[in-house]
Amino acid sequence: MQATEHHVCLEKLERVRESARRLKSLRGALIPVLHDVQDLYGYLPEEALSVVSEELQISMADIYGVATFYSFFSLEPKGEHVIRVCLGTACYVKGSQEILDKLCEDLDVEVGKTTADGRFTVEAMRCLGACGLAPVLSVENKVYGKLQVTDVSKILEDYRSK
Amino acid sequence: MSNFEKRLVVCDGTDCDAPNAEKNLVRVLRREVMKVGLADTVEIVHVGCLSLCEFEPLVISYPDGVVYSRVKATDAGELVRTHLVEHRTLERLLAQTNGLRTEQASSIDHIPFFSHQFRIALRNCGIIDPEKIQEYIARDGYQALAKVLTEMTPAEVVAKIKGSELRGRGGAGFPTGLKWELAAREESSQKFIICNADEGDPGAFMDRSVLESDPHSILEAMAIAGFALGASQGFIYVRAEYPVAVERLRLGIAQAHEYDLLGENIFGSGFSFDIDIRLGAGAFVCGEETALMNSIEGRRGMPNPKPPFPATSGLWQKPTVINNVETLANIPPIILRGASWFSSIGTERSKGTKVFALGGKINNVGLVEVPMGTTLRQVIFDIGGGIPKGKAFKAVQTGGPSGGCIPAQHLDVPIDYDSLTQLGSMMGSGGMIVMDENTCMVDVARFYLEFTKDESCGKCSPCRIGTLRMLEILDKITRGKGSMEDLDNLRDLSEQIQVASLCALGQTAPNPVLSTMQYFWDEYVAHVVEKRCPAGVCKSLVRYTINPDLCRGCGLCARECPVGAISGELKHVHVIHDDACIRCGNCAEVCNVDAVLRG
Repeated sequence: MQATEHHVCLEKLERVRESARRLKSLRGALIPVLHDVQDLYGYLPEEALSVVSEELQISMADIYGVATFYSFFSLEPKGEHVIRVCLGTACYVKGSQEILDKLCEDLDVEVGKTTADGRFTVEAMRCLGACGLAPVLSVENKVYGKLQVTDVSKILEDYRSK
Repeated sequence: MSNFEKRLVVCDGTDCDAPNAEKNLVRVLRREVMKVGLADTVEIVHVGCLSLCEFEPLVISYPDGVVYSRVKATDAGELVRTHLVEHRTLERLLAQTNGLRTEQASSIDHIPFFSHQFRIALRNCGIIDPEKIQEYIARDGYQALAKVLTEMTPAEVVAKIKGSELRGRGGAGFPTGLKWELAAREESSQKFIICNADEGDPGAFMDRSVLESDPHSILEAMAIAGFALGASQGFIYVRAEYPVAVERLRLGIAQAHEYDLLGENIFGSGFSFDIDIRLGAGAFVCGEETALMNSIEGRRGMPNPKPPFPATSGLWQKPTVINNVETLANIPPIILRGASWFSSIGTERSKGTKVFALGGKINNVGLVEVPMGTTLRQVIFDIGGGIPKGKAFKAVQTGGPSGGCIPAQHLDVPIDYDSLTQLGSMMGSGGMIVMDENTCMVDVARFYLEFTKDESCGKCSPCRIGTLRMLEILDKITRGKGSMEDLDNLRDLSEQIQVASLCALGQTAPNPVLSTMQYFWDEYVAHVVEKRCPAGVCKSLVRYTINPDLCRGCGLCARECPVGAISGELKHVHVIHDDACIRCGNCAEVCNVDAVLRG
């Protein structure tokens, strides 16, 4: 079992290396490579960043600087399900803050953090551009629109039972 | 375009796709059309966003233009039978906007939401299939590029854009032709054109819509700009949060290459141009030109002091022009129809049209393109259909976190760059969020400051520290702990931050605060002096009570209360226990007799 995990891990790192090598000739390659790494792992693990650093000849300090600047990148692993509540203006005036508060309360977790059991990460998002459905939240790629506070428990229930 | 006699178009934008229904809806409609033997005469097409998001998924039938709204896959059979076989309109699904739902108002030409608009940037949105380059070409697509490459010199192209008096649609309203001229004048072995598609203003989604619905218009415009400036490489910097737009741009670039409309020696003219896509990574400040270029270069997206301006030293120190998506979408029509046609539309100093993303407390949420000079009232009431549930209009926020809130007494002001600035707001990218009597203006100001505080890149201290201090004061006020002195400090800080910040993010960050203080001073005073939130939004200042005269003791509120803070026996007046109440407002929401008082 452990051997397989190790194998998977090495294989993923190899894919990071491939991506870095493929994009190396591109000017300003770092951000595109970081997008690839995040796609692969769901976050930016340190081992993967070391590979990026080695291949692109960019120091870990610089990579850390870039990775922490952009909210899209995360240095911490995310939960199994990432719930993003839109706090764009259209959603906000229609009560999305209350949706977010209720979610944090139900899951007993802070915004931007992951539940102790690793199942859910709650994030606040700046405008999904789906203002017609305000207020909205998304779980992975699924969007829930025209929400009311009372919908939160039901949505959570759907994912808890999965 | 095809041999089909009729065409049903189905919206495929992000809003619509959200319920994951449309791909399915198109499939089901096709199946139903086949069932009734019309598969050879009726075509079912995906189009990009039709922009009336509130009522989507929409299905529009052409050539008659009848608009059906909120169509579900289960409606497909009935729709096809009634509309296509029996040639009757299906009353049940007719779009109902502005409270209208008559035979007369059923067609796209008569629905006020569409008929009051004038579409240049959105000309193809909701009409063509964005994944087919042939459909774009059939609507005069790439003709402007052909004209430019075969009949015009770069200087003539620049002169034409200058003559149109087009101004940048991304925020500041800088004249586009002048920007092009400055970069064209530079001698350099390499120049760049960048499309700024990092639509960060929360509540604005016109760029997403154009990219999703009409990607080729942007590619064509960039190639035209490339020719005018002498640039052979373009970049589109687009938000990673817009996966559909990214996918359609990638597809569009590949198709344009296949048709030799991008790449080497376009139209045999000797002009070569290519476009690369770069994904943003969630930083609002990257909408600022120099920050955006730092991001493309692979660094933290922080702005640089100007000068040097990008036109002289931009991306990798080369002359660079950065245009916003909507600005670029206007370029091909200007080339084809002429500068004087464009400059005949709009007001004295703001020409053409502007797309607004109408959202918030408004009936017809969606995208609206109107000539500059249209009044706020026309946009919000005639096109937007007014405020839901008969509530009173309070303010409209324009310009996002850089803009301000405009109150009812200015509803008849014609909208252009200058009039909005005079009102203490700004055009910005065109977000237009409507607020009603239940919106607290102090809370709105706090909301925007929270946004700018989070998005401040930290490079300059007026913005980094100043916005945090402002937020702290606003937090204090909304929690009922503020004083009149805080209001003075808030104004003072605002003025300092405006003049001392490095880039537009900081310089405009105080606008939401200053404009709400200007127009809604009473609300600030109510929070500070009376410790009261007139709109009943600021939780620390709100109390919920039950009016014993109205309560019928149905028990609904007690059942809906998430914390069990309401007690009472059935058919007896209920009571809310203030110490347990979390002020969620569920009770007021569910009460059928409006017995729950907020205040």
